Amino acid sequence: MSSETGKILTTDGIPLEESLKQAEKKNKIKAFLLVAPLLLFLIITYMIPIGDMFSRSIDDKMVTNMLPKTYKAMETWDGKELPPEEVFEAFYLDYKILVKNKTAGKLQTQLNYEKNGFKSVLKKLARKQKKFEEGNYKEQIMKVHKRWRNVEYWRAIKRRAPSYTYSKYLKGVDMYSNEDGKIVQVSEDRRIHRILWIRTVEVAFFVTLFCFLMAYPIAHLLATLPMKYSNLLMICVLLPFWTSLLVRTASWMILLQQQGIVNDFFVWTGLVADDNRPEMMYNKTGTYVAMTQILLPFMVLPLYSVMKTISPSLMRAGKSLGATPAVAFFKVYFPLTIPGIGAGCLLVFILAIGYYITPALVGGASGTLISNQIAYHMKSTLDWSFASAMGLMLLTGVLVIYWIYNKLVGVDNIKLG
Amino acid sequence: MSKKADFVKFDKVDKSYDGKVLVVKDLNLDIEEGEFVTMLGPSGSGKTTCLMMLAGFETPTNGEIFLDNNPISNIPPHKRGIGMVFQNYALFPHMTVFENLAFPLKVRKMSKEDIEKRVDKALSMVSLGGFANRMPGQLSGGQQQRVAVARALVFDPAVVLMDEPLGALDKNLRESMQYEIKHIHESIGVTVVYVTHDQGEALTMSNRIAVFNDGKVQQLSSPDKLYEEPVNSFVAEFIGENNTFGGEVSEISNGTCKVKLEKGEIIANPISVKSVGEKTTVSIRPERALINPKDKMDNNQKGKIEEVIYHGDHTRVRLNLLGNSEFILKVPNSSQNLDIKLGNEINIGWNSHDARALDPK
Repeated sequence: MSSETGKILTTDGIPLEESLKQAEKKNKIKAFLLVAPLLLFLIITYMIPIGDMFSRSIDDKMVTNMLPKTYKAMETWDGKELPPEEVFEAFYLDYKILVKNKTAGKLQTQLNYEKNGFKSVLKKLARKQKKFEEGNYKEQIMKVHKRWRNVEYWRAIKRRAPSYTYSKYLKGVDMYSNEDGKIVQVSEDRRIHRILWIRTVEVAFFVTLFCFLMAYPIAHLLATLPMKYSNLLMICVLLPFWTSLLVRTASWMILLQQQGIVNDFFVWTGLVADDNRPEMMYNKTGTYVAMTQILLPFMVLPLYSVMKTISPSLMRAGKSLGATPAVAFFKVYFPLTIPGIGAGCLLVFILAIGYYITPALVGGASGTLISNQIAYHMKSTLDWSFASAMGLMLLTGVLVIYWIYNKLVGVDNIKLG
Repeated sequence: MSKKADFVKFDKVDKSYDGKVLVVKDLNLDIEEGEFVTMLGPSGSGKTTCLMMLAGFETPTNGEIFLDNNPISNIPPHKRGIGMVFQNYALFPHMTVFENLAFPLKVRKMSKEDIEKRVDKALSMVSLGGFANRMPGQLSGGQQQRVAVARALVFDPAVVLMDEPLGALDKNLRESMQYEIKHIHESIGVTVVYVTHDQGEALTMSNRIAVFNDGKVQQLSSPDKLYEEPVNSFVAEFIGENNTFGGEVSEISNGTCKVKLEKGEIIANPISVKSVGEKTTVSIRPERALINPKDKMDNNQKGKIEEVIYHGDHTRVRLNLLGNSEFILKVPNSSQNLDIKLGNEINIGWNSHDARALDPK
């Protein structure tokens, strides 16, 4: 017996553990090769774009690249007093190249963000630097404009030395870092993003709530009706999926506009006066109505799949044990549907929080969401780094919600189908 | 306290789901208080429908059901106070065993101490004392079954219904659960209405068995009577094993009749035949026919052995007898001296009393 060594050998004399590892290794490699294409696909279509978005959102290489010598010279400067001659010289040499390449304007704009009034100082330097003589650049530059004697301006340049910045993220929540490097809020009339964030969460929350309230009875009906009726109902639920999103949104526009069918109906029934038709579109109401309808199937399907698995005998058991139908429902049926509710709510909320096309078309000014703002910066202002920053903030928000959900309910309890 | 003979009463109950076919036809059934009655029948015979009507999940199309003399057709299930054990147990998967058992007590607004006392008692009754905090999913099939039984009994219902509760268990467990349920019934004396399609189960457990077929009760009697004195050929076929001969009555006189077969003739016990010339099916239990009988028997025939199947405790022998090549005999393992070999001709005898001439098939 090999019990002395405690090792079991195969008939070939190899330790069993090793032999098992070898056999398993082949399987592991095979399994990995099978999923490898998918992994590659995921990396290319998810990881790389998100990584690119992230690097774009914090990228601040422009200034760094425009003033390479200056930042090299500034490395040893402590920023307390005016920088030494080498810094002045390096700055002069960098700036000269920029003026020559006609790219000095960009630097002026960027540094003006950092310190108000920098633009005019730099412009003056651009004009005068042609007559500079070699040597003693400190004196010459300070002679061009007295503000060059102010250490604040040099500090402003130094602040842009790192090639990465989080300023876009601050801007996303209506904040910025001021001259002293402190993070402060922007002036009150310019705080637009925070309103949008709050509105986005609010709309997503209420759309989820409305979807839940409407989907629960539908899903229950679907799960309990005989096959031939439930199939028909299922088609009705899925029909919106097979229609173009744009068409559906456009049909809501036809229905909800002031001269639209719904308003006509209200006037016809005498519910509202003809000259006082309520506005149901180009505001939040329109966004709510259209988004709820569009996202409804995403709530119905997980609920349905969970309800389908709940045996009808459970409700019967509840009733036979003496519970009224209402008690049986809330004590027996409802708790069992929670995994479906969780899945549906999470799905709808996450879809709603990043919804773009519907709010863009029926939202008007008061019904647009953060994604519309992102699109605006992508297409109109071309501030891609800001758009990326906001996109990532949205993604982070969703991940946080997912994390909270996991803590509260547990993701294992989700059932998508 | 005298027991009511018609504690549960089905009075001319009809049930139809689609308005075309009657699933239950003119059902009359009285169940005594404290009795264990089994509804036995093939699937689709209407037995589960009857149970569901009693529980309140289906309403009779016609007729009335009485519980303790009160008509209950218009009482919703949760007010009937009838406990029920479902086919798949129907334990609430999100509640512990304790919560499952406490559920009927909580909806009755009992005090916490009462609930705990009763649940403890019910759990120890089904010998699951230490399982109160388990989830149903962590229990084996047999344990879940016991929890379901305990839950149906914990609130002291007047009647407990059981809808094929042992169907999902394996054979050994099913047998031990049969005895367990029977013992519980005997110890607490609750009225039980039990539905099954397993005749062994029905015979083991019941005081009386109602054999259902085609929406009707074919026979309602005690297990032994049902087995030994079936009143028609369906019951004879359905309960236990059975050898049959189709023929015509040729002679009938005080307590015996002669039945003419295609080949030969049998002396039989006229049960549902009245006159000469009627068609009939004669039914003989395999164990009532003996090989080389020592005592005198009024039927003696020769048969040829066509198949011998060893079953451990007994041997099944298939014979060709009087033109019936499916005639089965059960030979106990102790009868070693018999010459049972394939192809042998042997003498078979039975009493005319055990050959029951029933309605033709």
